[in-house]
Amino acid sequence: MRDDLVLRVVAKLLIPFMLVFALYVQFHGDYGPGGGFQAGVIAAAAIVFYAITFGLAAAQRLVPERIVERLLAAGVLLYAGVGVAGLALGGNYLDYFVLAADPAHGQHRGIFWVEAGVGITVAAVMLKLFYMFVARGRDAGDA
Amino acid sequence: MIIYVLLTTMAVTVVALARLQNLFAAVVLFSVYSFLMATVLFALDAVDVAMTEAAVGAGVSTVLLLGALYLVGGMEAKPLARPLLPLVVSVAAGGVLAYGMQGLPAFSDPQAPMHTHVAPRYLEQAPKETGVPNVVTAVLASYRSFDTLGETLVVFTAGAGVIALLRRRRKRKGAGDAR
Repeated sequence: MRDDLVLRVVAKLLIPFMLVFALYVQFHGDYGPGGGFQAGVIAAAAIVFYAITFGLAAAQRLVPERIVERLLAAGVLLYAGVGVAGLALGGNYLDYFVLAADPAHGQHRGIFWVEAGVGITVAAVMLKLFYMFVARGRDAGDA
Repeated sequence: MIIYVLLTTMAVTVVALARLQNLFAAVVLFSVYSFLMATVLFALDAVDVAMTEAAVGAGVSTVLLLGALYLVGGMEAKPLARPLLPLVVSVAAGGVLAYGMQGLPAFSDPQAPMHTHVAPRYLEQAPKETGVPNVVTAVLASYRSFDTLGETLVVFTAGAGVIALLRRRRKRKGAGDAR
């Protein structure tokens, strides 16, 4: 599909908005519907769209697999790290009240980072699954 | 009312799915089914779940299934025998579920145990305690953050499992030398 001009132009127009929408869903999840899971999937979908339109190699230059694999673990570690931060500040594991002087503000801060961790891991897993499936198909085609 | 229309359309989709031999059409119908499901959830005011269903069920899993189809080909293999047992099992399981549903409280019944246990406390206290207006997010990320940590670990483990299964062997030449 690399030669389809309409698709390429539409992809270039839409992908930035998809990524911004993912960020909106991620960080506006406190106020409206959304959160880490949904935002992660939307962000991964934007990259998948890019890969389908411009080819797997171009997508892997944009978001290298090495980084995706790191992010996969980084999200979980970020989530677990919020829990450890609660412990370090004298609370229980995943206790957000101690994360800031004002308890409600601490809750807000905890939820923000926890959702960020969820989003990072989900986006990385979805993208990695797509990369692996497509790369395998290309192998079979070569053989 | 709209929910019954949607549910009927979903039932029609499932029957069409079961009769299809072309797997490409089946994947597209799966996507249609997920979108209908998302609309039902939206009509039931479960906006967060609807969003997840639309993004995961209709979006990414369709792409992944199409990727899998690319590997295995687009037509269903002819079954060797007419598989009656799966039909019996699924009809029996469906019957048991339908029977069990008779015992559930009516939809949005305020006296249902679900609405009298912790839900009122969440609805009353969550905005004050967490400062987060969306109670779904407050419950998911704060009150039930251990559950969500577990869910994230499940996603991570699933990803790691697929990587372990599908990773291409980098050292093809090296492996040949070793032999």
